[in-house]
Amino acid sequence: MNRKQKKMLARIAAAFALMAGLHFVPAEGGTRFAFYLVPYLIVGYDILIKAAKGIRNRQLFDENFLMAVATVGAIALALYGRSGDYTEAVAVMLFYQVGELFQSYAVGKSRRNISELMDIRPDYANIEKDGALEKVDPDEVGIGSFIVVQPGEKVPIDGVVAEGTSSLNTSALTGESVPRDVKQGDEIISGCINMTGVLKIRTTKEFGESTVSKILDLVENASSRKSKSENFITKFARVYTPAVCGAALVLAVLPPLVRIFGMGLPAEWDQWIYRALTFLVISCPCALVISIPLSFFAGIGGASREGVLVKGSNYLETLSQTKIVVFDKTGTLTKGVFEVNAVHHNEMAEKKLIEYAALVESSSSHPISKSLQRAYGKEIDRSRVTNIKETSGEGVTANVDGVPVAAGNAKLMERLGVSYINCHSVGTIIHMAVNGEYAGHIVISDVVKPHSKEAIAALKASGVRQTVMLTGDMKSVASQVAETLGIDQFYAELLPADKVEKVEELLKTKSNKEKLAFVGDGINDAPVLRRADIGVAMGAMGSDAAIEAADVVLMDDDPLKISTAIKISRKCLGIVYQNIVFAIGVKLICLILGALGIANMWLAIFADVGVMILAVLNAIRALFVKNL
Amino acid sequence: MKKTYKIDVDCANCANKMEEAAQRTAGVKNASVNFMTLKMNVEFEDGADNKAVMQEVLKNCKKVDDDCEIYL
Repeated sequence: MNRKQKKMLARIAAAFALMAGLHFVPAEGGTRFAFYLVPYLIVGYDILIKAAKGIRNRQLFDENFLMAVATVGAIALALYGRSGDYTEAVAVMLFYQVGELFQSYAVGKSRRNISELMDIRPDYANIEKDGALEKVDPDEVGIGSFIVVQPGEKVPIDGVVAEGTSSLNTSALTGESVPRDVKQGDEIISGCINMTGVLKIRTTKEFGESTVSKILDLVENASSRKSKSENFITKFARVYTPAVCGAALVLAVLPPLVRIFGMGLPAEWDQWIYRALTFLVISCPCALVISIPLSFFAGIGGASREGVLVKGSNYLETLSQTKIVVFDKTGTLTKGVFEVNAVHHNEMAEKKLIEYAALVESSSSHPISKSLQRAYGKEIDRSRVTNIKETSGEGVTANVDGVPVAAGNAKLMERLGVSYINCHSVGTIIHMAVNGEYAGHIVISDVVKPHSKEAIAALKASGVRQTVMLTGDMKSVASQVAETLGIDQFYAELLPADKVEKVEELLKTKSNKEKLAFVGDGINDAPVLRRADIGVAMGAMGSDAAIEAADVVLMDDDPLKISTAIKISRKCLGIVYQNIVFAIGVKLICLILGALGIANMWLAIFADVGVMILAVLNAIRALFVKNL
Repeated sequence: MKKTYKIDVDCANCANKMEEAAQRTAGVKNASVNFMTLKMNVEFEDGADNKAVMQEVLKNCKKVDDDCEIYL
């Protein structure tokens, strides 16, 4: 509790004790009024002052004004009726303040809880100076500096491991609890916790540009992008309070007049005014206004805990209505890392063929060439390769150890006049010709991510109507992947612009209420990510383009997290709707009971405070998203 | 030109009122108040004097909610 809250608690306790004591004091008339005024003022003076200021600044209809009018009115009624029953007015003020206190405590507490969950902000960075470690502010560390991270410490800044090996706990970033091993030369992102060994890291970014700062920035600013539900509540509160105040006025004046002039009955002014005041107490909107943003905040916090960054509550809302999910293939459903799958029709030893291929392709940085070099597994001696000629769209020819070698697709073979054998396997086929003779072909294919199949199934189970895959790859490759994963539809051989077009087409086929999500790895998919109702990017452990273009970022690149994100969003939205219905429902019932004279102020204030407490507790539930 | 300020405000309704008050202030292009993180993001109009504008924002916010605070 902060100072303000402690002071409030003391005031409430004092007023409560006084009220209990006054119960046994047999004072009458003016003395009694003066006695009861003391606890009333103790507990409610700030409300009265705020109400007065509100009137002066023409800010009528705020909760201070409502409470002031209602309680002063109740006291006036007690004075007028000479009943001497001031308890109610004081109690209403007292409980209102209890409610406010609880609210500010609960909100403060959940605010802290959520920020603790997202506590990935490093406080310092270690810099080695004269053999001793010195702790400095991470903001002060420049690019290219060397920092030391000891076991148990957070990696403060993105960089490359310069010395040491260790396991990293990335769960704060990715929600993934399997440790990641790093060694010299590996990239390392901030926010991970170093578990086993001492690491020396050469920083590649400034602290402000590091992953950890970016994520914190995103999550903290996320709730400023407001959802429709939040905007609805703001608008609702704006209309609702004046409406109830108007209704209260009508309730105070109309029935007595009707009774006098229409029915010839006594007016019973005090009774109707009392009912009108009860109306004012009920009309306090804060319970409603607070639980909605709190639910979204908790939902976003919970999601980020699971490695899903949602950039705003509006996106959380859209996500919950997702019915079509469109995937990019490479890097999203597949690893985007090619591997040599098979070698066919080879005359020479498999190893020898791959060695030739690796050497011929040694100067290329194409992923396919890289995969060949990896398959070769040895250091490449470039001096063995001469006369390299690359023809784009065909392949490479070169002399290896003086022997002419060609590696490429069917076109290259045709041009060279080498008769080749077609392959039935799916993947990228590299035909090899050595010394002008066909030497066989190498099949290279992208590897499907371990969770891709599960991810598609999980999406189907969570009510996604259609899954679509877009890819620039060949049709044969695409159809095989789509089939293994159980994807409904696929479009192959697309250029980036075609992807946008396809998404536009799909957007036209769906109804307004259904939303389309596009999942991509964010680098070349940026236009599509923006065009879809909601763009989900693979965070690729630090790819800036991905984080910036998308609305939702999956920190560990695991497609299974898409359904997790959808489930989290549904839970959160469910809680939001529960709270809206519950809060408005209880208020309406109380208003009706109040108008009929069944509910008194006591019930009204209890309903108000009770609804708020329940709504806040319910909102906090959105934080718990494990095992959805 | 965008800037973030730390604020203090008691309830979500008051936060909405602060947001409106800030948006109405001359020199402010857009403002958003985040009740959960207790932060106010202000986008200033080109050429506006941040400090003077923020004084006005604070004054306007105080008008709608006496209890609020902006840490300038």
